Amino acid sequence: MFAKQLSVFIENRQGRLGEVLNVLKKNEVNILSLSLADTTEYGLLRLIVDDPAKGKECLAAEGFSSLLSEVLVIEIPHTAGSLQGLLKEIEGANVNVEYMYGLSIAGEKAYVVLKPSDLAKAEAAAAACGIQTVSNDALSAM
Amino acid sequence: MIWNETKECMSRDEMTHLQSIRLCKLVDYVYHNVEFYRKKMQAVDLMPGDIKGLEDITKLPFTTKDDLRDTYPFGLFAVPNSEIVRIHASSGTTGKATVVGYTRFDLEIWSECVARCLTMAGVSKNDIIQVAYGYGLFTGGLGAHAGAEKIGATVVPMSTGNSKKLTTMMVDFGATAIACTPSYLLYISEVLEKEGLLDQIKLRSAICGAEPWTEKMRNEIETRLNITAHDIYGLSEVMGPGVACDCEHHAGLHVCEDHFYPEVLDTKTLLPVDEGVTGELAFTTLTKQGIPLIRYRTKDLTSIDRSPCACGRTSARISRFKGRVDDMLIIRGVNVFPSQIEAALVEVREVTPHYMMVVDRVNNLDVLEIQVEIDSRFYTDEIRALEALTKKIEHVIQQAIGLGVKVRIVEPQTLIRSEGKAVHVVDKRRLD
Repeated sequence: MFAKQLSVFIENRQGRLGEVLNVLKKNEVNILSLSLADTTEYGLLRLIVDDPAKGKECLAAEGFSSLLSEVLVIEIPHTAGSLQGLLKEIEGANVNVEYMYGLSIAGEKAYVVLKPSDLAKAEAAAAACGIQTVSNDALSAM
Repeated sequence: MIWNETKECMSRDEMTHLQSIRLCKLVDYVYHNVEFYRKKMQAVDLMPGDIKGLEDITKLPFTTKDDLRDTYPFGLFAVPNSEIVRIHASSGTTGKATVVGYTRFDLEIWSECVARCLTMAGVSKNDIIQVAYGYGLFTGGLGAHAGAEKIGATVVPMSTGNSKKLTTMMVDFGATAIACTPSYLLYISEVLEKEGLLDQIKLRSAICGAEPWTEKMRNEIETRLNITAHDIYGLSEVMGPGVACDCEHHAGLHVCEDHFYPEVLDTKTLLPVDEGVTGELAFTTLTKQGIPLIRYRTKDLTSIDRSPCACGRTSARISRFKGRVDDMLIIRGVNVFPSQIEAALVEVREVTPHYMMVVDRVNNLDVLEIQVEIDSRFYTDEIRALEALTKKIEHVIQQAIGLGVKVRIVEPQTLIRSEGKAVHVVDKRRLD
């Protein structure tokens, strides 16, 4: 299963990131994981939230441009080498990783958010070796 | 020294008489050779014989840059192509270039005018002059080049784009004069300073034009380089550089008015204003054959002074330019209209039609940044895609205006939407 990621385009100006977070707070949208990619002029804030559709809606109402896209949230053992093992499978399926960020929840499990060049192929490759993918709902229930 | 005393020091009566004769001849010439002018005159019931002298010039209709665009490319030419020996072009308001053609006689007059200007700037056959305007469709390079050859100076056709070579040759050749844009010369002075070459140059005089500048900039250039800097004016429609230039007294720019008759017009009524009053400058080309212009509105704001100058010249002087009537920008010597940017952006479906042009001067070089908003339907969360889009827009705009630009993507709904006439330009260059 694919998870929904909320991406927000932010100009590199002081206070802009805070304003985005403020909108999410006001609307009680909970952030489960995030990554911020930056260039000299703008940044892309990528978020896994409990309610992506609501997140997009409330950001749009405040004038922020955001986008929902599909990514894989993959469950792996919280042990050394497990991420490397996962990537080996994905690369073996001839799928490219466009970007990735981590989400570690205390305990035995860890999660990575991964944007592959081919979602279905990557998911199949993970499933083939018994690796689980997780939805936004399942993640926020943890 | 004065290049052509007969013409540059004529009494006012003689000049008026000469201009009157030439104007009558010109009106007869365009009426019979250019359909555009014939129709315009017929529309107001005007025959060539109705123009008996300068006092009748206000009866004639104006010509504008739009007329040049509407008759693109050769519609205003008064001679067949067999008589045209050179074409130049500058940017028009909406993509199409403004094209001008020169007969051999026109080139002769042009170099004569540039020769007068260079002489005003103290340049003579004993000088080595680097011409660092662009050579090509732009009139700056070839125009200054021909005038410098005419006075017999040693001409080094540098063109633009290689400052290192320019400064090296300036030192090695012992160049004594340079023709380029004022902002480029300021940049050159910095390069010279950085390389520790300032005390090795023999430069005495600079002839700067093709973009607006101020007395403050002149002082800065003169102090930094220990030279005198002169302001040369021209526009390709009328001829190119050499229409006017200032002498050692820097009391306005002497117009070569035996060839280009200047009028200053009230910006609302378009009636001629008194001497000393600011208005829009218009030129009638009294001797041009290829593409003669009647009362061509330059959109430049200035005032005129017909009193004799301390240098001995009696030619009319126009004041330093006080701005533009329209929204044209001059960036690194290139004419840029916001409408060109607008037309280019329409071609890019990923962006909204809103934009902002920010002009700034960084290290004495003009830079143009275009801010755009992405259409929400085309949003992407991949930086690679955003960067590719930025490059694509930069390319499209560069193709349209012939000038490198930097495109910046901004957040949606952040560019100003003004009611009525939108503000599309922020000019941060401090020109005073």
